[in-house]
Amino acid sequence: MAGIFIDVEVSDDVRGDCELAKKLQEACPVDIYAAAQEGVEVVEQNLDECILCGLCVETAPPGGVRVLKLYDGGAALER
Amino acid sequence: MRFYEYESRRLVEAAGIPVTDYGFAQTAEEARKIAQEIGGPTVIKSQVLSGGRMKAGGVQFADTPDEAARHAEAILQLEIGGHMPRGVLVDPKAQVKQEYYASVVWDGTAKKPLLLFSDMGGVDIEEVAEHHPEHVGRGHFSNLLPFSDFQAKQVIAAAGVTGRELTRLTPILARLAGLFQDRDMTLAEINPLAQLEDGSFVALDAHMEMEDEARPRQKAVLAELGIADDDVREVHEPSPFETKVGAVDAADHRGVIQGKDTGFHGNLGLVIGAGGGSLTLTDAVRSHGGDPANYSEIGGNPSVAKACGLAKAVLEKDGVEKLAVMMSIVSNTRVDIVARGVIKACLELGKEPSETIAIFRIPGAWEEEGFKILERYGIDYCDRSISMHEAARRAVASFQEDPAEAEAEAARP
Repeated sequence: MAGIFIDVEVSDDVRGDCELAKKLQEACPVDIYAAAQEGVEVVEQNLDECILCGLCVETAPPGGVRVLKLYDGGAALER
Repeated sequence: MRFYEYESRRLVEAAGIPVTDYGFAQTAEEARKIAQEIGGPTVIKSQVLSGGRMKAGGVQFADTPDEAARHAEAILQLEIGGHMPRGVLVDPKAQVKQEYYASVVWDGTAKKPLLLFSDMGGVDIEEVAEHHPEHVGRGHFSNLLPFSDFQAKQVIAAAGVTGRELTRLTPILARLAGLFQDRDMTLAEINPLAQLEDGSFVALDAHMEMEDEARPRQKAVLAELGIADDDVREVHEPSPFETKVGAVDAADHRGVIQGKDTGFHGNLGLVIGAGGGSLTLTDAVRSHGGDPANYSEIGGNPSVAKACGLAKAVLEKDGVEKLAVMMSIVSNTRVDIVARGVIKACLELGKEPSETIAIFRIPGAWEEEGFKILERYGIDYCDRSISMHEAARRAVASFQEDPAEAEAEAARP
């Protein structure tokens, strides 16, 4: 389930990458990403805490993570 | 922090101000023994941190030790203002010739201590000041420089006291000023300061309040009085709302929220803060005829969960119909995060944000993003071009059924 205000899209490549999962977990200041055994896990209860810092977008390869502002017509932070 | 009367008396006594030969008791038997030692009529006074003791039956007069014990037993079980007494003070019933008033209070506007004196003691000093201003002497003094007896003399003389009384009262007021300075007090009051039949003066009641932040510096004095570090001396028990807000704040290190609602029973919930904004906004709401449901402070960049928790606690209070979310511009708190929090609170409680949030006025960091969120949910918001006072007016006006009529009414002088 997405947050009320924020959602994130993680590409399949990124989702299955255990090393990247650890980096995303470390990068996100509000714990939206957790490193699980099978790769990246999105902690949905923390989605609305997103401070739009863009660190996850920068950590992942281009197109790997998109942060969607649901209150702004789905405008995305991406690269 | 506030001191019990028996502690205040000890502070006064330690400062060299004469007091009666009182005793503190925690059982009826102890009260009886003290009354026996006094050997005459006594006054039994409840030791609670709230006013209105006399009206509540917390002050009784006794002619014998047995009577003192009976009164003590009753008073020890008497709750006053939501507090059970810590004990009773057993005081000799003094033969009073005249009652005076003496105090030092911190004047936040002048940023100096203010010495107050009146020859009409034993009653409410505000009433004396209003109806008999010529009987009140007052004078500021420096909190840095040593206090001079001359300053005390001037204040006493301004209340019309002369001669032997002026001479005898001067050192008492000077010592009270010294106590205020040395013990980091915010209030040091003796009322009444009684002149006995033999012409001497004694403090018959004392009320002392110390700056909370001074506790570490006054550790030795507090230890002498037997006050433990965890004895926080709240003047009232936390309400369910206050407990709830405290728990929300403690659960998350990000940002700070506070909520108080003792004495608030209104229908407009307040999520307010920033650089003195809370006090200003509460006053502004009241000045426009609004009835706040609470006082709050929010700041320091709280999380969405924390802002949501505060807003939910406010909205869940009985009688709260709407929420006003307002801050001054002296804030680094992110507008979009607070906007998310308060909207989330409404949604989680099944309320329509646009109907529940009367006004949103938080200018500052990330306001463009915040305004997008507010627009998405149809919430009435404003930026820094609208004053806090005007925002409060709009919040109050939103309670009127006809918005046009409300606007017109609120605009009337």
